[in-house]
Amino acid sequence: MSNTAINVKNLSKRYCIGQLPDENDCMRYNPPGLRHAIEDIVRNPLAWWKSRRAKKEDFWALKDASFEVKAGEVVAVIGRNGAGKSTLLKILSRITEPTTGRIEITGRIASLLEVGTGFHAELTGRENIFLNGAILGMTRAEIKRKFDEIVAFSEIEKFLDTPVKRYSSGMYVRLAFSVAAHLEPDILIVDEVLAVGDTAFQKKCLGKMEEVSKKQGRTIIFVSHNISAVLQLTSRAVVLDKGCVIFNGTTEKAVELYAGAVGDSTVFFPVESLPRKNRGTGTVCFISFRFDRPLPIFSSDENFQFLAKVWAHEASPRIRFSMTIFTSEGTPVGTCFGPEIYGMRRGEETEFEISIPAPRLAPGRYCCGVSVGKGNPRIGMVEFDTILDVMSFEVRAEEGDGGTVAEWMRGWGPVVLPDLEYRSAPLSHSFETVANGSKIFSV
Amino acid sequence: MIETFVIEAGHTERQYWRDLWKFRELLYFLAWRDFLIRYKQTVVGIAWALIRPFLTMLILTLVMKVGKLPAGGAPAPLFVFCAMLPWQFFSTAMSESGNSLVNNSNLISKIYFPRLVVPAGSVIVSFVDFLVAAAFLVVLMLYYHFIPPSQIVFFPFFVLLIFAASLGTGLWIAALTVKYRDFRFIVPFVVQFGLYAAPVLTMTSHVPEKWRLLYCINPTVGIIDGFRWCILGGQNTVSQLELVLSVLVTTLLVFSGLWYFRKTERTFADII
Repeated sequence: MSNTAINVKNLSKRYCIGQLPDENDCMRYNPPGLRHAIEDIVRNPLAWWKSRRAKKEDFWALKDASFEVKAGEVVAVIGRNGAGKSTLLKILSRITEPTTGRIEITGRIASLLEVGTGFHAELTGRENIFLNGAILGMTRAEIKRKFDEIVAFSEIEKFLDTPVKRYSSGMYVRLAFSVAAHLEPDILIVDEVLAVGDTAFQKKCLGKMEEVSKKQGRTIIFVSHNISAVLQLTSRAVVLDKGCVIFNGTTEKAVELYAGAVGDSTVFFPVESLPRKNRGTGTVCFISFRFDRPLPIFSSDENFQFLAKVWAHEASPRIRFSMTIFTSEGTPVGTCFGPEIYGMRRGEETEFEISIPAPRLAPGRYCCGVSVGKGNPRIGMVEFDTILDVMSFEVRAEEGDGGTVAEWMRGWGPVVLPDLEYRSAPLSHSFETVANGSKIFSV
Repeated sequence: MIETFVIEAGHTERQYWRDLWKFRELLYFLAWRDFLIRYKQTVVGIAWALIRPFLTMLILTLVMKVGKLPAGGAPAPLFVFCAMLPWQFFSTAMSESGNSLVNNSNLISKIYFPRLVVPAGSVIVSFVDFLVAAAFLVVLMLYYHFIPPSQIVFFPFFVLLIFAASLGTGLWIAALTVKYRDFRFIVPFVVQFGLYAAPVLTMTSHVPEKWRLLYCINPTVGIIDGFRWCILGGQNTVSQLELVLSVLVTTLLVFSGLWYFRKTERTFADII
């Protein structure tokens, strides 16, 4: 099928900053409350009338966005906070009108901007299924037909006649998602709803969505910060930034771009007043970290190097540093410990240069957790201070001969292991030993 | 046949009434929900729809007896109840639909449907209470062996009129409350005060002639008198002036309410 399901053309939406949007979206400043409105009219009718016509400072939540979604396609919309994702969804689901532009939609559309829209705490599970179904656009006959299926999916049979206010939050979400999952629109708009429920249920939801898109050939527009869900479900993605479509193409490329847009280019990280997740003894504290380079970008074959400024609250005869590197999704890549070095006097402030010789990270974004303490895992240790989620940096692929950039697939993992070495066994026909091959091993 | 529809600024205007028809089931479900939760976790449940007007009737009858107010030839409880029936419907519908949009803000900011469904649902729920109270009126009339006069055939007309007046006022207040929450405080006051501005305890004929016209601009005046005229008859009459003014003001309320509601509706999601 290649017919267009959704065609968005030059879509824009304007809001006023710090002001309430008025009937004409942005045509006049409108302080909340009746008293102000009356006061404005009475005090100076002429000025009031003029201000109705005057233009105020605008904020374009969406600006000239255009893209197309084919029937049966699953498309992700990603972008950092405030990029216009929610506005786009609101316009698509007709909650608010665009200021200019046009969208053509072919087929029945349903949107899930939230799980459990219209759920009422006082009503029982059974009543809420009917109510929520109607709100999402199902007819009564349709709900009756799917009722058993919905209940079975949600796993709450026993509590069907209990008011949902007595449900645990997990049960509530499961019921809500089950109703939504049994909608049968041609086009489904989903916003962040998978960020709820326990892992097992999330997997079930993802599975259901995959089934809906692949087997039943539905068009899905999926907005999520959950990068792995986006990667798993969608093959195409639209990246929004400041209200504009900055990328429209394969999900893998889009995710890379998005991850790049999320981290910024700081190379100095003051951490003295940051709240600590793991409170150490506080004998020695971190003050700041910095990279001694203009951008936090490393090549995959160079040393990872940074400077850490520490301050000794109390005298400490020996200190050592350790660090863990995490991928941008938060998975630890590896940890290393340094040797113990001379101690610090009380009140002393020193900046150390710390480096890991060629950590061989795969291209991508990473961040670090750094500790100062004494000892090591072999002899027992004490942490003085730990900073997590700091020094976000990017690793670029090394350039090969002739300026080509080597490619590294995500599925290969975050570490470029040392090159393989092989030696031929002395069998019937022997050949030259090849050591230290320069090709990247591929699966 | 797969339909195609277009979203652009101002386009929803054109398909509004068709959408309203498409979402009629939602109207039913919202009314059903409001009705269910209204008496959830109460001991006597729907009986409250009876107890409230019954107690008010007792108190007002007492006031009439103490103040020696004329009841136009009918038993005082009947006289009071005939007025309370439309008045309580009007006041509940007004306050319920007034708050309805704000109370449903989670729906309004998350899904699309013609917003008219929400206040209309509230008026319908209040109407169920009205029907329960009307059934009680029948019991009351049986108790007093009171035979209604022949003009009882006009009863449905006055019911329609009070329904329209409630809807019109409800639309205005619902739309205004979205923007000016002040109305959450104004409405209870109006309801309280309105009992005295409508002929619940008194008869319109007691109002001085020079104030009569102003008094009758309140659409409930003509409707309450109409209820009494067709149920009780006798000295309870409704003048032509009252009737014409009631119908006119009610029509105006409904159409202006619709106009204002439609005008502000598309920004509800942005400002609620």
